[in-house]
Amino acid sequence: MIIELLTQIIFWAFVILTVGSAIVVVFSKRIIYSAFALLFTLFGVAGLYVFLAADFLAASQLLVYVGGILTLIIFGVFLTTKLHGMSIPEQTHQRYLAIIPVAGIIAILFYVFFSVDWFAHASAAEPTTKDLGKLLLTTYLVPFEVASVLLLAALIGAMRLARPREEDQDD
Amino acid sequence: MNFAPVLLFFAAAFALVLISLILNRLLAPRNPYPLKLTTYECGEEPVGSPWIRFNARFYVIALIFVVFDVEVLFLFPWAVNLKTLGMFAWIEMAVFILILSVGLAYVWAKGDLEWIKPKPDNYLPTQESK
Repeated sequence: MIIELLTQIIFWAFVILTVGSAIVVVFSKRIIYSAFALLFTLFGVAGLYVFLAADFLAASQLLVYVGGILTLIIFGVFLTTKLHGMSIPEQTHQRYLAIIPVAGIIAILFYVFFSVDWFAHASAAEPTTKDLGKLLLTTYLVPFEVASVLLLAALIGAMRLARPREEDQDD
Repeated sequence: MNFAPVLLFFAAAFALVLISLILNRLLAPRNPYPLKLTTYECGEEPVGSPWIRFNARFYVIALIFVVFDVEVLFLFPWAVNLKTLGMFAWIEMAVFILILSVGLAYVWAKGDLEWIKPKPDNYLPTQESK
């Protein structure tokens, strides 16, 4: 009983953290505040993954998104010229045209929300990482190894794009 | 729940920071004056705005980091199965890491890990041949 209540409290704490920081991300006037608020949004989403018994997904969310992608976003913000003189005009363009994709995304989200049986696995809540790893190393061995080739291609491609243009001359 | 210990770790980490901040506020005497409130720059007087553009190298290093971050993620389900699957799994991961090391060798050889890259002016073929 007390554990049920505690779980509920923790769940709603994660919901408030996620939605609250997401609102800051969208409405903050300073892009750097948005970037740091995104940290809490991504962390909150990781917490919600745990509630859906997707613990490996939660770990990857923490490791890759909070640890990696967010660092990249923050460095990206640091590189923007607009930070000079601390005047960062946050402009909204094509406000009415944006309604179409947003409505589409909301429709998809609602469809997923109502079509998935959210409580099917959440009650079991056994760690999934071990089974996932077993499948990855036996049944899905080839996709697993191909993933490393994909990562290699991504690394080389990203480096190629990030390098200064002058590099083209010495190739 | 199985993940209560994880949450406890997060709560403990959060509480530790919060408690040390509160203790600091309660115990430390507060006597601020303008000189004390200036940004600490290793004894140097801070000049200009801190909102400068960062060296683009940071971004490149972060890009490389993300790729190896994903590699670490794959180590995670591998590590919990290593005892049961044994040598076979070990070789699989060795191949996986080997393929990715090619990427590390590539960025290393291409000089992407160098902190200060030569200016475009020094990059012309005439200068390089000297």
